[in-house]
Amino acid sequence: MIEARELCKTFQDKKRGEVRAVDRVSFVCRPGQIYGLLGANGAGKTTTLRMLATILEPSDGTAMICGYDVVKEPEKVRARVGFLSTATALYPRLTAQEMVEYFGRLNGLDEATLKKRVDEIFDRLDMNGFRDRRCDKLSTGMKQKTSIARTLVHNPPVMIFDEPTLGLDIMTARTIIAFICECRDQGKTVIFSTHVMSEVEKLCDVIGIIQNGKLLAEGSLAQLRERHGEQDLEEIFVKVVAPHYASAEG
Amino acid sequence: MSVRNVGIVYRKELTEALRDRRTLIAMVVVPLLLFPLLSVGLGSLITVMVNKADEEASTVMIKGGDDSPKIVEGLRQLKTIHVVPLQSDWKSRIVNKDLAVVVEIPEGFDKNIAAEEPQTVVVYGYDGDLKSDSAAKKITKFLEGYRDDVVKKRLASHELPDSVLEPFRTKSENVAPPEKSGGALFFGGFIAYIVVFLCFNGGMHPATDLTAGEKERGTMETILSSPVSRTHLVLGKFLLVLTTSLSTAALSVISMGISFTIANALKTRPVQEGASNAGFHIGFGAALSVFIMAIPLAVLFAAVLITISSFAKTNKEAQSYIVPLMFIVIFPAIAAIIPGIELTPKLAIVPILNVSLLCKELVIGTYHWKYIILIFLSTCGYAAGALFLAVKMFQRESVLFRS
Repeated sequence: MIEARELCKTFQDKKRGEVRAVDRVSFVCRPGQIYGLLGANGAGKTTTLRMLATILEPSDGTAMICGYDVVKEPEKVRARVGFLSTATALYPRLTAQEMVEYFGRLNGLDEATLKKRVDEIFDRLDMNGFRDRRCDKLSTGMKQKTSIARTLVHNPPVMIFDEPTLGLDIMTARTIIAFICECRDQGKTVIFSTHVMSEVEKLCDVIGIIQNGKLLAEGSLAQLRERHGEQDLEEIFVKVVAPHYASAEG
Repeated sequence: MSVRNVGIVYRKELTEALRDRRTLIAMVVVPLLLFPLLSVGLGSLITVMVNKADEEASTVMIKGGDDSPKIVEGLRQLKTIHVVPLQSDWKSRIVNKDLAVVVEIPEGFDKNIAAEEPQTVVVYGYDGDLKSDSAAKKITKFLEGYRDDVVKKRLASHELPDSVLEPFRTKSENVAPPEKSGGALFFGGFIAYIVVFLCFNGGMHPATDLTAGEKERGTMETILSSPVSRTHLVLGKFLLVLTTSLSTAALSVISMGISFTIANALKTRPVQEGASNAGFHIGFGAALSVFIMAIPLAVLFAAVLITISSFAKTNKEAQSYIVPLMFIVIFPAIAAIIPGIELTPKLAIVPILNVSLLCKELVIGTYHWKYIILIFLSTCGYAAGALFLAVKMFQRESVLFRS
C-alpha cells in the first residue's frame, strides 16, 4: 500500500527562487489497484513518484510504503518497490542477465533464490534469446523487457511507473501496459504517471489530476465523470487544470 | 548487508571497467608501453641515430686555406669527413641540412703560425642538428690535435718541456654512492613524476564514467531506486577508481623496473649518459616502497576525482573540470624533479609534492623514516577528507539531479 501524506518538495532555482514542485499532495493507493497520476509536463508527477521511490527526499510531509516511512526508512522502502521510467536506463556493458542479477543481489537475494527467480522471469518475459547479450546491443523492446525484469527480480509488492511508455513504439508500449495490468492482477500496488488519456482510461482504478504540484482532483473515472459532468477524460482534465494552468503560465 | 552491497557494487563496476576499452588502455596499455618505449625504445633509437651520425662521413666545405695547404690537406685526409668544393650558397645548404659544416681557414694561416700570430679558425654549423653537431665535433677534434702539435713544436723550439703549460691538474671525485648521485637524483624525480601522473591518469576515466557518465546514460536513477545506500554506492565506485589507479601505479612500477633493467643491459644512450658509472635500476625494496607511498595518494586522487566528476552532468563536462586539475597534480610532481628542492618538514605536508619528493629519495634507496611517517599520515588525512567529501557529494540531490 502507498499512502502519501502532505508530500511537499521545494527546489532552489537561481532565477525563480524557491520553486514548489510538489505541494501537500496526499493520496492512498491500495494493493490490487492502479493509481494513475495524470498531469501536464512539469506538473509534479515525476517529483512525486521519485519521492515515493525515495530517490528524492520530501521537503515536508512523508509517505508510507508497505508500512515503512520514505523519510525514515528509505532502504526498506526501496526493497519493496519496483521503479520503472523511461529515464531508468540499463548498464551498457552488462548483459541482460548480469543486469537483472545485479539488482537481485542488491535486493538481498541469495544466489540460489536469485538463479531461480532470474530463470522464472526470463522464461515469462521470453528473454532467453538475449540473456547473454550486452545491453548496448539490445533493441528498444529487449531493453524494456530487461528493465521490467530488473524491477521484478525481487518481487516487490509496490510498483511505480513514471511515464513508462513515453517515446516507445506501439508494440513496446503494449508490452509495458500488459505488464502493468499483470502487476495489478497479482495484487501489487501500482502507481503510474502519464499524460496519455487513453492509458489512464484503460488502466486506472483511481485517477489523480495534478497541476502546479497540487493534486486538484481524485477519484475513479466514473466518479470524475459524474463530478465534472463530462464523459471524455480529456475534457475533464482540461476543466480541472485550465484555471491553474492559465495562472501558472500567466 | 552493508559491506556486502559495497562488494556487489564494486564487482559490477569492475566487470564493466574490464569491458571498457578506454579504462583498459589507461590502466594497462599506457604503463606497460610507456616505460619500454621511453627506456629501451627511445634509448635504442637515440643510440642508433647518434652512432649513425658519428660513423657516417660528414659533408664539409672549406672556405679559404688556399695559401695554407698543410691544414687543408690534413682535413682532406680525415676519413670521417667528406670534403666537397665550396659553393657560394653554403649558409643556406647548412640550414637546409644538405651540408654539415663549413670550416673557415683565415688568410695566411700557415704564415701566421710560423710568425706565432694569433688567429681563429671558424666552424660554421647548425646548432642542435645531430649530423652538423657530429661533424663539428670531428673537425674540432682534428683542429685541437693540430693546435697541440703546433704548441709542442713551439715549446721544443724554445727548449721548454710540455709541463710548462700545465703546472697542476684538477680532478673531481664523487664520494657519494654511485647509485645515489649524478643522474640518479634526476632519475628518481622523473620516476616519481611518472608514478604520480599515471596514478591520476589511471583513475580519471573510470571516475567520470561512473558518476557523470551514469547521469548522462540515465543509469544513475536506476541504481538510486535500488536498496543500496548512497554511501555504499559511492564507496563501491570509489574502490573501483582506486583499483584502476593503483593497478596503473603497480604496472608502471613493474614496467619501469623491467624496462630500465633491459635498457641497462643493452646500454642504450640516455641511460649511459646520465648514470655516470652506475646503471639505473629499481630494486624490489624501492619499487615496493614507491608503491606503498602511492596507495594514500591513489586514495586521494580517487576520492577527488569522484567528488569532482559527480558534480558534472555529462562525461564531457567532467573532463573539462578534470583536465585543469591534472595540471595542478602535475605541477608539484614536476617540481620534485627540479634540482635543489629537497624534503623539509613544511614540504612534507604539501600534498602530491611530498609523495613525489619522497619517491625520488626512495628510488635511489634513501629512507628518511620521520618523513615517510609524516607524509604517509598527512596523505592519509587528505585522502580521508576527500573521501568524506565524495560521500557527502553523493548524498546531495542538487548534485545528483543537477539540471
